[in-house]
Amino acid sequence: MTDTDVQNANADANVVAKKMTLIEAINLALADAMEADPKVVALGEEVADKQEGGVMGVTKGLSTRFGDDRVRSTPISEQAIIGAAIGASIGGYRPVAEIMLMNFVTVAMDMITNHAAKLRFMSGGQTNVPIVIRTMTGSGFSTGGQHSDYLEAWFAHTPGIKVVAPSNPDDAYGLMRSAIEDDDPVLFIEHLPSYWTPGPVSRQHVPIGKARVAREGNDVTLIGHSRAIGDGLAAAAILEKEGLSVEVIDLRTISPWDRETVIASVRKTGRALIVHEAVRQFGIGAEIAATIQEDLWGVLKAPVKRLGGAFSPVPFSKPLETAFVPSQDDIVATIRHLAAAG
Amino acid sequence: MSNYPKPDAATLLEIYKKATLIKQNDERVIRQMKAGKLVTPYYSPRGQEIIPSALSVSLDDDDYICTIYRGGHDMLAKGFPLDIMWAELAGRATGSCKGKGGPMHLTYPEKGIMVTTGIVGSSMPIATGLGWAAKMDGKNRVSIANFGDGASNIGAFHESLNLAALWKLPVIFLCQNNTYAEHTSMQDSTLIEQYSIRGASYGMPGVTVNGNDPDEMYGVAKVAIERARAGEGPTLIEAMTFRFNGHLVGEAGHYMDKDAYAKAQGVDPVPLLRQRLIDDGIASEDEIAAIEADIDRRITAAIEAADAAPFPDTTELKRDVFAHEIA
Repeated sequence: MTDTDVQNANADANVVAKKMTLIEAINLALADAMEADPKVVALGEEVADKQEGGVMGVTKGLSTRFGDDRVRSTPISEQAIIGAAIGASIGGYRPVAEIMLMNFVTVAMDMITNHAAKLRFMSGGQTNVPIVIRTMTGSGFSTGGQHSDYLEAWFAHTPGIKVVAPSNPDDAYGLMRSAIEDDDPVLFIEHLPSYWTPGPVSRQHVPIGKARVAREGNDVTLIGHSRAIGDGLAAAAILEKEGLSVEVIDLRTISPWDRETVIASVRKTGRALIVHEAVRQFGIGAEIAATIQEDLWGVLKAPVKRLGGAFSPVPFSKPLETAFVPSQDDIVATIRHLAAAG
Repeated sequence: MSNYPKPDAATLLEIYKKATLIKQNDERVIRQMKAGKLVTPYYSPRGQEIIPSALSVSLDDDDYICTIYRGGHDMLAKGFPLDIMWAELAGRATGSCKGKGGPMHLTYPEKGIMVTTGIVGSSMPIATGLGWAAKMDGKNRVSIANFGDGASNIGAFHESLNLAALWKLPVIFLCQNNTYAEHTSMQDSTLIEQYSIRGASYGMPGVTVNGNDPDEMYGVAKVAIERARAGEGPTLIEAMTFRFNGHLVGEAGHYMDKDAYAKAQGVDPVPLLRQRLIDDGIASEDEIAAIEADIDRRITAAIEAADAAPFPDTTELKRDVFAHEIA
């Protein structure tokens, strides 16, 4: 999709784009949200057009269209960025703050977990923090230990903040619109290696907290989010040729996660595999696996399995980095094993 | 300080009323704690009463403040109602935060009291954001970030001052320098003698003021507030003061310099202002006694109402975590 196509899409709210990258989908969602509500503002390092609309161009064109007052580039000051977003939100705005890479949220953890996530509760509901924190991550670019982590479990463990991780452009658009309109803080995790993968965009809102059945199946349920969905669907296509029917559930929202959809699927298939790129130990797979086993003990035909990243920092060297992430082969092998059991 | 505006007689009396409310309230909190009727970590602002009292007479209800765990004085000066404050201190359902915040997280947006934080330094980034909102609103609102000398050394201080200066936000960074960061003296934590000089690093005015002097504090605060309202950007005020209790009520403060402590208590700012009002003929002894008795009655009524109020229902655990309850 060219810039002109995006502009044309912007011009007609009912248009359904046939092909758009994740970057373009998020950009369109931000533009539509800013158009719809003057209280929506954006801030972050290099987000304005003077600095080329973000390091990956996700916010490109927004400051030119909506003005430098509504789209503000900041110094490299993560605490100040999230603090400014929180303050502006309790002052009546809906800021979308970019923390360039997910590892940099560490610098702003106090603002996110002690303040954004808790101010509503601690004030007895008097204040709320309707902010979106956009961030990107994902291994595959040989960026090493401090630029590649998936840290969703930290935030899913924190009451008061919602965690969203789209796997495709259509969901990215729809979830971003919902996140901006949500009265709670939302951490919006963008998968960097999928940024340029195109897909259709219907310009519909996607509800937060609702999973999507990405592929129907009867033998094994694969549960994941973000990059795991592409790998999971590819694995399912391979296994189909072997006569194995895999249901793929895209969580889309990690917290609150859609237990109903997951439990209904595993009740049907009797077998579950959870896949994520974040390290397996204490990852969200543990929570989902435990819940499935609590709810479906006696129904399960095999123990719930988890695949996650190795318990190491993300390595630099290519073969190591590749080995860090659960591979498509790992997924295929684990599903075969699950299907063979029981 | 000679070229700063001075408070007139009515304003001085207003400052005294606020300072007295803070002092008497603090004494009652400690009395209730000692009687075993109030169980809470409590960070007394005794000794620091004049700072927010002399500042807030120049603020409106819709100006914003963010404050910290030692912030009861800031909140009362800004107009926090006594009854719902005491109910919150006692953890009751009728408290401003339904008993879910407590003394370290008191909130009352109706009077612009937006955030009280228990994390050193965290008032500043959020107050900066409120300043950003105020600027976007175009209503000449100002945002006050209260913090202590200890918070002047955390990263959030530097990030916030830089951003507020860069964006010309209507924020006042009010460092209430009581010379102790918890148990650590200023001399043991920094080589500079005045935090206000750091304003220059970010391109904003920085001024050190005797925070216990109502004339100085009023004048410097008023100039900073007017500067902010005029769109000229933030100011760093370092208000020198002294805290009359340990970091936490219940610890004796043995780490504090004994001579400096005795000297500070000898110039307790609230009775000094009281005497000045009488000496200058601004109010008579009887008028002041009536003000004090009225405050005492209001505090007593607030305590009695709080004691009689119910505790929150345990269903409150799930409420206000998110905008809509999630199973």
